[in-house]
Amino acid sequence: MPENDILLEVKNLKMWFPITQGIIFQRHIGDIKAVDGLNFSVRRGETLGLVGESGCGKTTTGRAILQLYRPTEGDVYFEGQNLCKLKGEPLRRMRRKMQMIFQDPYASLNPRMTVGDIVSEPLEVHHILKGKALRERVMDLLEVVGLNRYFVNRYPHEFSGGQRQRIGVARALAVQPDFIVCDEPISALDVSIQAQIINLLEELQAEFHLTYLFIAHDLSVVKHISDRVAVMYLGKIVELPTRAKLYENPLHPYTQALLSAVPIPDPVVEEKRQRIILPGDVPSPANPPKGCNFHPRCPVKIAGTCDVDEPEFIDVGGEHWVACHRVK
Amino acid sequence: MEQLKEIWRTFRHRPMGMVGALMLFSVVFVAILAPWLAPYDPKERIDVEPGDLLAPPDAEHLLGRDDAGKDVLSQLMYGARVSLTVGFVASFMSVFIGTTVGLVAGYFGGRIGNALMRLVDFLLVIPDLPLMLVFITMWGRGLWKIILVIGLLGWTSTARLVRSQVLSIKERQFILRARAIGAGRLRIITRHIFPQVLPLILADAVLSISGAIIAESSLSFLGLGDPMLISWGMMLNFAFERAISRMAWWFLLPPGLAIVWVSVGLIMIGNTLEEIVNPRLKTHHLFDPRHMGALVTGMPPEAEAEVAAQ
Repeated sequence: MPENDILLEVKNLKMWFPITQGIIFQRHIGDIKAVDGLNFSVRRGETLGLVGESGCGKTTTGRAILQLYRPTEGDVYFEGQNLCKLKGEPLRRMRRKMQMIFQDPYASLNPRMTVGDIVSEPLEVHHILKGKALRERVMDLLEVVGLNRYFVNRYPHEFSGGQRQRIGVARALAVQPDFIVCDEPISALDVSIQAQIINLLEELQAEFHLTYLFIAHDLSVVKHISDRVAVMYLGKIVELPTRAKLYENPLHPYTQALLSAVPIPDPVVEEKRQRIILPGDVPSPANPPKGCNFHPRCPVKIAGTCDVDEPEFIDVGGEHWVACHRVK
Repeated sequence: MEQLKEIWRTFRHRPMGMVGALMLFSVVFVAILAPWLAPYDPKERIDVEPGDLLAPPDAEHLLGRDDAGKDVLSQLMYGARVSLTVGFVASFMSVFIGTTVGLVAGYFGGRIGNALMRLVDFLLVIPDLPLMLVFITMWGRGLWKIILVIGLLGWTSTARLVRSQVLSIKERQFILRARAIGAGRLRIITRHIFPQVLPLILADAVLSISGAIIAESSLSFLGLGDPMLISWGMMLNFAFERAISRMAWWFLLPPGLAIVWVSVGLIMIGNTLEEIVNPRLKTHHLFDPRHMGALVTGMPPEAEAEVAAQ
């Protein structure tokens, strides 16, 4: 596998949701800048982690990449094709190559469909298999994700959260995609089940050469599964290092604060852990701060620079991208 | 299919629904078997002598005779056919149109949705009966024209109901994931949204049958029914014009009671179905005995139960 085999490239991706006022004549009075200018790429076979706190635009990023939301601006190249320019039938056909695993295994399965119907739907939609072959394949898929093949006639409510998430994984795998957006696939699960699902995802990646965009808010999980990690804050990526660099040498003050919040499973070390507590709250994405998004909460801000200029997203060497005025 | 079975399982144990169903089926039974059950030909004037006109009930004519000497009971039995036909066909039409409009308006929203809903508002504010009168007067009288008018004007409430449901269902996550796997709009609407609204549509359809039967009766009573057919409304019309002044209650009451009978039956079924598919309607929380205490003491029922236990 060549080092630079880029599967997905995101250029200046913006997803703004309009805020309108008025009943008949809807005036456009502003935008929620959920995602505001993202640039990154994902190589074939790797896992890119995407972390950040609630409301920073992680899920929106995943959905905008898959064109479940049409991005306001920017381009998403998948195998060289610009998804933002596709629509209708060609886009529908592209969906076969990119799938999604949802956060909530309860809400994302249609309660009125059997497991068999749920898992076979992508195969039917893309006219891949029919009849007996379809049923066989669905049963095989259930086995691949560690479920009993005779669960096909059951309904989602008969399963536990972890089992449902396996069903979700099975249907994402059904069409043999290249790329899967995992949108917090384990956040709704128990810790013991989380490990099972993570291991399953890793096994499947090795077996089917999958590429993941792994969205999570839990750094320890991301550390486990990712090759590189993008840290998001208020609609922007502030730092994008490799996994090793993230933990050895976090450069952005926000990343440092995030890392300091991860508990260490060793009571002696945990005693000495210094938490960096950020003052204030995340500003509203409808009205982000001028200059660097992070400056109102930043412990090391440079007055006159950080609140005026937006820092550039630069590579400081060895594939370590960061957007901070302190880092040159 | 699974859903319908599930609904039936609950329905079976609801006395109100089952009584309603029996009431409806008694009428359906009579309507289907009218040619065999009816003692006379409803249009036949049997050996009419002056005393037979508006003759009161006796052993030969259980419900007496009308002003032309025809048997009222036989007319009543044949009338059931017209009322039920109009009821079922017109309500199927209106529910079909209403469901389609509701699905489209709810799922697509935007301009199409707004335009459709303004049309619904427009039709809702015009009183139905006068509008039907206008159409029938323009088109002329006839069974199919009546069905068409009732069907074409009655879909608005169904459309509103379906649209409001679709608006909430389409935001649910399994719809998003259906889009993510590449399902087209048609598939999402038919496979994911429609099955969710189906039980509601079913309840609504049953209720709209009684609406259609009453509408047909009203039109016939006002003299706009199909003159070639005997329907309950027509009987009321004749009775009102000719029999009431002579106190011939046996001609006036049976069709009126028949309309009430079948409508009440349908409404009982419809309400039961609505309760099953939308449990929130079951009891108003204020009338729930467990909650009534809360009104007085200001305590939620759980807290109250705890206090009672102590």
